[in-house]
Amino acid sequence: MAINIFYFLVFPGLLFAAVAGGFLSWFDRKITARVQFRKGPPLLQPFYDFFKLLLVKETILPKQGSPIVFLAAPVFAVFGATMAGVFVLLPLFNITTGFRGDLIVIFYLLTIPSFSYIIGSLASGNPLAAVGGSREMKLILSYELTFLLFTAGIIMKAGQQFDLYGIIKAQQEISPYIGSISGILLFIVGIFCVQAKLALVPFDIPEAEAEITEGIFIEYSGAAYALIKLAKYIMLFVLPSLIVAVLMGGFRLDGINILWSILKVLGVVLLLTLIRNTNPRIKIKQAVSFFLIWMNLLAIAALVLIAFGY
Amino acid sequence: MSFKSHCFKKSLWVFHFGGASCNNCDIEILDCLTPRHDLERFGILLVGSIRHADVLLVNGSINNHDRERLIEIYKQAPKPVLVVAIGACGCTGGIFADSYVFAGPVDKIIPVDAYIPGCPPKPEAIIAGIVKLVQKS
Repeated sequence: MAINIFYFLVFPGLLFAAVAGGFLSWFDRKITARVQFRKGPPLLQPFYDFFKLLLVKETILPKQGSPIVFLAAPVFAVFGATMAGVFVLLPLFNITTGFRGDLIVIFYLLTIPSFSYIIGSLASGNPLAAVGGSREMKLILSYELTFLLFTAGIIMKAGQQFDLYGIIKAQQEISPYIGSISGILLFIVGIFCVQAKLALVPFDIPEAEAEITEGIFIEYSGAAYALIKLAKYIMLFVLPSLIVAVLMGGFRLDGINILWSILKVLGVVLLLTLIRNTNPRIKIKQAVSFFLIWMNLLAIAALVLIAFGY
Repeated sequence: MSFKSHCFKKSLWVFHFGGASCNNCDIEILDCLTPRHDLERFGILLVGSIRHADVLLVNGSINNHDRERLIEIYKQAPKPVLVVAIGACGCTGGIFADSYVFAGPVDKIIPVDAYIPGCPPKPEAIIAGIVKLVQKS
């Protein structure tokens, strides 16, 4: 029991994932700045932002709407992100959970933050937040099927295995799945799903800063917004880690391989950042058709290739 | 210096309120975020919602219509919030000071923490003003 609480709160869970995600968030902002020929923020910037919001700023509750739901939503978002983080990171750090179906559980846990944002935005009683919430809902509807096909592809590739630990071990024994044609297709699909799940620029439609001024987060301030930032940091670490785990052979924790493990995560985040810096925001209609038609076709092509053994 | 105020100074998020502005100050404010003067080095970000803001940047002459909206925006901001008046119009009224629609410079409506005069102020002047604001708070 105590070890489970330790897993949740300290090592692969809340504290570790938040610190790692904070550094990845700094990395993302620094790369963005370098792409735009700027200098970029200092290393501890995400932590300054978080502690400023948590400790200094006042939290304003909505007058119309439901304050309790409004405040509970960020807590649920952090909970979902941390829980998914524990399930993804434990097998990555070579600790078996002994749980056979964890890939399915991860798939559901990863949607909790997005759903919490929707609930929180609709509870705030702000019309722009409602627009953002409905856009986020449409975005979830469009990318979730693709993400399910992505998960199915991984499971098929691992030989009907639902166990993330087993999937990582199988890759480390033979070769990472990204080394095959179907693996590359799955990687492309996975990267775009992660981009949409993190709401980074081509798919930042729900929080479009220029048109609906942060959309779903418009009414959040102070400690509640700090929790949302925390959930975003954790997700920024967990989702690239998931890609690394299911396609790129996971982490190895001996000698020089630690460096390779870190570089894998940084490489995936770098790819996400470059996509975000070189693309404009698309309309929600375009996002839906992008996922429902093109990404699904790609994922199905990958599934067919896997079935024929490529 | 306490941990709280250190974090606050290192991460000022700016909300931009444009009154009846001629847009020159707006352009100079945006210049601060460009590669040459990159204010993100100091953790300063432009945010879209007043609920996330730590600094309320007011420029342009405030006329009778803007007055109510400025008060409303100031009330909506989570405290502590710093107010900066930018440009001659924001600080004193500038050439609009005698106009019949002019509702007074910003500090007659809400408390102001820093003034950055100029028509328009150069980005260097805006950075100098922000440095003074950070040292004062």
